[in-house]
Amino acid sequence: MLEIKNLKFGYDNKNNSNNILNDISFKVGKGELCGIFGPNGVGKSTLFKCIIGFLKPKHGELTINNKNILKMPVEEIAKLIAYVPQEHKSPFPYLVKEVVLMGRTPHLGGVFGPKKSDIEKAIESMEIIGISNLANKPYTDLSGGQRQLVLLARALTQETELMILDEPTSALDFRNQLKIWSMLKKLTKRGMSIIVSVHDPNHMLWFCDKVAILKEGKIISNGTPESALTEKVLNELYGDICNVKENKEDGFKTIIPNINKITDIT
Amino acid sequence: MDINKISVDFGYKSKIIILFITSFLLLFTILSSICIGVYNIPINEVFSVMAYHLFGIGDIGNNVYSTIVWDIRIPRVLMGMLIGMALSTSGATYQGVFRNPLVSPFILGVSAGAAFGAALSIMFPFIPFSIQMSAFVFGMISVFGAYSLSRVRGKTPLVTLLLSGIILGSLFSALVAVFQYIATEAQLKAIVFWLMGGLYHIGWSDIFTVGLIIPLGILCLMRYSWKLNILSMGDDEAKALGINTEKLKILLIILATLITSLSVSVAGIIGWVGLMIPHAARLIVGPDHRFLIPLSALMGGIFLIGCDTIARTITTGEVPLGIITSILGAPYLIYLLRSKRSVFFG
Repeated sequence: MLEIKNLKFGYDNKNNSNNILNDISFKVGKGELCGIFGPNGVGKSTLFKCIIGFLKPKHGELTINNKNILKMPVEEIAKLIAYVPQEHKSPFPYLVKEVVLMGRTPHLGGVFGPKKSDIEKAIESMEIIGISNLANKPYTDLSGGQRQLVLLARALTQETELMILDEPTSALDFRNQLKIWSMLKKLTKRGMSIIVSVHDPNHMLWFCDKVAILKEGKIISNGTPESALTEKVLNELYGDICNVKENKEDGFKTIIPNINKITDIT
Repeated sequence: MDINKISVDFGYKSKIIILFITSFLLLFTILSSICIGVYNIPINEVFSVMAYHLFGIGDIGNNVYSTIVWDIRIPRVLMGMLIGMALSTSGATYQGVFRNPLVSPFILGVSAGAAFGAALSIMFPFIPFSIQMSAFVFGMISVFGAYSLSRVRGKTPLVTLLLSGIILGSLFSALVAVFQYIATEAQLKAIVFWLMGGLYHIGWSDIFTVGLIIPLGILCLMRYSWKLNILSMGDDEAKALGINTEKLKILLIILATLITSLSVSVAGIIGWVGLMIPHAARLIVGPDHRFLIPLSALMGGIFLIGCDTIARTITTGEVPLGIITSILGAPYLIYLLRSKRSVFFG
């Protein structure tokens, strides 16, 4: 589905040493939930902006279903990829149903905006995400978790094969985080491919089908979460402050902090 | 299932009904404003004059009625309507494009820029631009000036945008004051009258020049109103939904500035309409620009005709229209600031 080859990006066009992204290559298959994992400022958002065409990479290939998307205008990319930004606020009190309906924009040909079939699509996405009860509320009055669900419904209304989410759970409480993850799982079961950036190594272990771990603009490890996130990789990312703990009975892995070492740091 | 469907009704019907009712109110306002004046004219006389001039039916017993109704009041009322529409739709557009309910043509300095352009062409008639053209050019200079002055790293913070608008606005006002200082008496009179804003000199010729472009501009804005919805969610959002934001912004700003400048070039600076009306319309019909822009246009027309009727009837003489709209507009802004602070300042 999505294939990235040797992607390089930097704001300095001549000098390659300041590149923000270097030789990024990975694939995402249909129906896969792919996590991009790494500490803050490692270039996750930049990578996403390259994929959706906001930023032009210096070098590399980007294809969706073997179609090159690097030269595509934003109008075309929006039909292939839906993007859910980090925390977002609107200055105007649009109702939730109106925000969700905005997802139809890339497909609109007519003069005056959405048609009846578009409205039906929006209603259907709200039902799938389970926010029909919020439909008539102003988007500006919602909590962070609810807003994220609305943006997810909007991305679903966009009817793309690939969805990209930039830290969808970073501002949410634990319950809402789990809710978003279970929703993403549900969407991948329907055949949607999803790329999502994650902060929390546990979330990545528990929910993602596949991960790419970034450090300083490079992929240092990728594959299934279990194989990619080894003790060695953890060490490289964070220093020696946490361990992988495996539950012997069901093989369920958890990252736990090494309390003694953490107090040493401070 | 059915219950769900009802709960997610988009409510377009009621919004369309609101638009219809407002259209009738506008029609009513137009007709009553034609009747009311220093010299009140009965409505049936108004109709017979209109029938005579439009369709050549019947004849007019009273020639004075014909002059007052056809030559003076109808063009004036029509122009008032068009200017009210232009200022409020452009206000609604600027608010959407700049993602802020507090901007208006007046605050962004467009009015002052356009006034400078028009004064320039009154002062130097040999400049090959018409008053309208010159007003438009300087209106554009102010709005793009304010926008680029306040744009820092891809963001346009509200405070800097407003400050830039105020700076450019006062710069252009100062330049107009310089003109007033060096102008001949005739020029001074022309500039001053025109700055205060008024419709007392409107005739059919103004309707034929400006009156066709303003409705066209408004129709074009309405055509982009869905995209304006997306744009008002933010640049990145709009791009992710497949909108070429830079192109759309420039197009919308040009259209809005065009109709604002045209109004300014005909009637001088009329403040507050472009801020007040879109906001009031948003309270009634919500932020969806597909309904907000037409409703703003209708309400703007009603408001300006109303103000103009007050301006020409409240005293035996004529009060400048800009004064009336400011007197009504300032308290409204105070009310907004006190009661809806959070809407504006996050």
